[in-house]
Amino acid sequence: MTERGNIIEVSHLVKKFGDFTANDDLNFEVKKGEIFGFLGANGAGKTTAIKILCGLSEPTSGIALVAGFDVGKYPDKVKERIGYMSQRFSLYNDLTVKENFRFYGGIYGLSSAAIKERTNYFLEKLEMEKTRNVVLSEIPLGWKQKLAFSVAIMHNPQVVFLDEPTGGVDPITRRQFWEMIYETAHHGTTVFVTTHYMDEAEYCERVSIMNEGRIVALGTPAQLKEKYQAQSMNDVFIKIAR
Amino acid sequence: MRKLLYILQKEFTQVFRDKAMLPIIFIIPIVQLLVLSYTATFEIKQVRLVVVDHDRTPESRDLVAKFSGSSFYKITNQVVEYAAAAELLKKGKADQFIIIEPKFASHLVTDRKANVQLITDAINGSAASLMSAYATAIIGEYNREIVVAITPLAGQSLPIRVEPSYWYNPELNYITYMVPGILVLLVTIIGLFLGSMNLVKEKEIGTIEQINVTPIKKYQFIAGKLIPFWVIANIDLAIGLLLAYFVFKIPVIGSVWLLFGVASIYLVAILSIGLVISTLTNTMQQAMFISWFFLVVFILMSGLFTPIESMPHWAQIIDYANPVAYFIKINRMIMLKGSGWPDIQNEVVILAGYAALLFTFSIWRYRKTV
Repeated sequence: MTERGNIIEVSHLVKKFGDFTANDDLNFEVKKGEIFGFLGANGAGKTTAIKILCGLSEPTSGIALVAGFDVGKYPDKVKERIGYMSQRFSLYNDLTVKENFRFYGGIYGLSSAAIKERTNYFLEKLEMEKTRNVVLSEIPLGWKQKLAFSVAIMHNPQVVFLDEPTGGVDPITRRQFWEMIYETAHHGTTVFVTTHYMDEAEYCERVSIMNEGRIVALGTPAQLKEKYQAQSMNDVFIKIAR
Repeated sequence: MRKLLYILQKEFTQVFRDKAMLPIIFIIPIVQLLVLSYTATFEIKQVRLVVVDHDRTPESRDLVAKFSGSSFYKITNQVVEYAAAAELLKKGKADQFIIIEPKFASHLVTDRKANVQLITDAINGSAASLMSAYATAIIGEYNREIVVAITPLAGQSLPIRVEPSYWYNPELNYITYMVPGILVLLVTIIGLFLGSMNLVKEKEIGTIEQINVTPIKKYQFIAGKLIPFWVIANIDLAIGLLLAYFVFKIPVIGSVWLLFGVASIYLVAILSIGLVISTLTNTMQQAMFISWFFLVVFILMSGLFTPIESMPHWAQIIDYANPVAYFIKINRMIMLKGSGWPDIQNEVVILAGYAALLFTFSIWRYRKTV
């Protein structure tokens, strides 16, 4: 990867809910193929920002360019080019694994051959072939999270947004999840990920830390640790967020 | 178009996988039709009558015998005084009582004039007027017999003879009148509830978020939510028509294709109302209450039980916006009278207008943002 342009450019982004300012003048860029960690305490405004970047919520002011389009003006152009995994599990629990893949592949416009190929690819990689015809409600949470991630990148988006993908998941599955994230980034998809786990922040190429609606720190984990004279991202986070 | 097919495939899979929904969709309408058609009737077959006979002569007993001989009457009690009869009426153990005056027979002979008093429980006004009419007819017949007995020539040569002929429902069968209306009722309930519950369910369980982040077009998604239930409601109508034919012996006299054509337009309107409710609410509970509100108003004002013509003027104006009223009218015309396109075209055009308007509105109202 030479010449890395920006896949996300956010300038002066503001989101207000009545008197409450959830996002206060956000400015940042994310480079193509990067793993970008979007950190912050509960209620810092991470999910609000992600929803704006995905075209699920309209900004009060400011501009967010995602995959080359102003998401406020052309949300559907952006939606064709991104993947999204919600904080709240949102695949269909009453459909089987295969049916979920087929449905989302279908509405992203994949051919039926491509749907089959991608489904087989993910099931093989996740070692979940046996669950192909099992309804999701009968599958454990960690597996469901991996499926949700697979569905989000099924159509090879330019950037995938993961909103706390590893919440409530056991350490081994978290580990596998991060291997998937690396592999995805390796294939050229930018990964924009929020998390509470500071050890996960260490895996990101660059991180931003939000506090009360503002971005208070931005840089590589090494830069931030040096700047705040901390041993780990955990210490950085505690110093900033307090 | 291909995307729409994937949505339809998903919706149908979900409907047929839900073991609780299937009976709701296919069994309940059948039960509704069978039960309601027999019970939703204003005919009164057995009036519970109390007799207060102060006279106790052969004449008064003749009059009472007229009542006991009528299939519409069942004499539940013979009491000796007014207060006892009034008590029975008050307790709901009788519907009507008749008081025959003490010198009934002798008044008939000497004065050629005698009195009976008829008292009816009129809580249900229309039932009361029916019961009153029955009693008046029976007493009238007794009257005529007495007149004939006294002056043998009277009554035999009345100048005008009326010969009634009842078209479209010659046996004056109430079920014949109710079945087409109840068919409309059941497809309306299915359409409105399935339409309003489905989309809001996705909001409630959160799956809508994953949909909204895809480039799916709003009209594709709304059409994908409408078509499955449109198909199901049409199947329900077909089942209902078969039951009407085989159980109630009510064939569709007009064109079955015309009937399904109108039903298809009507169902787009009803399902779109459901979808609009779905887009305006956030929980299934809210959607349920709003659907109930509209359903009750639509049905009570639809002319299913009471004729629209006897409603107050303002209610008749409101009924111009009641799709249920149009379809009940059309369905009765096609099924019972065999009316064709020219007879119903005005109503169908209005229904089509509503369907187009409501469908467009539901697409416009659906938001891909939160």
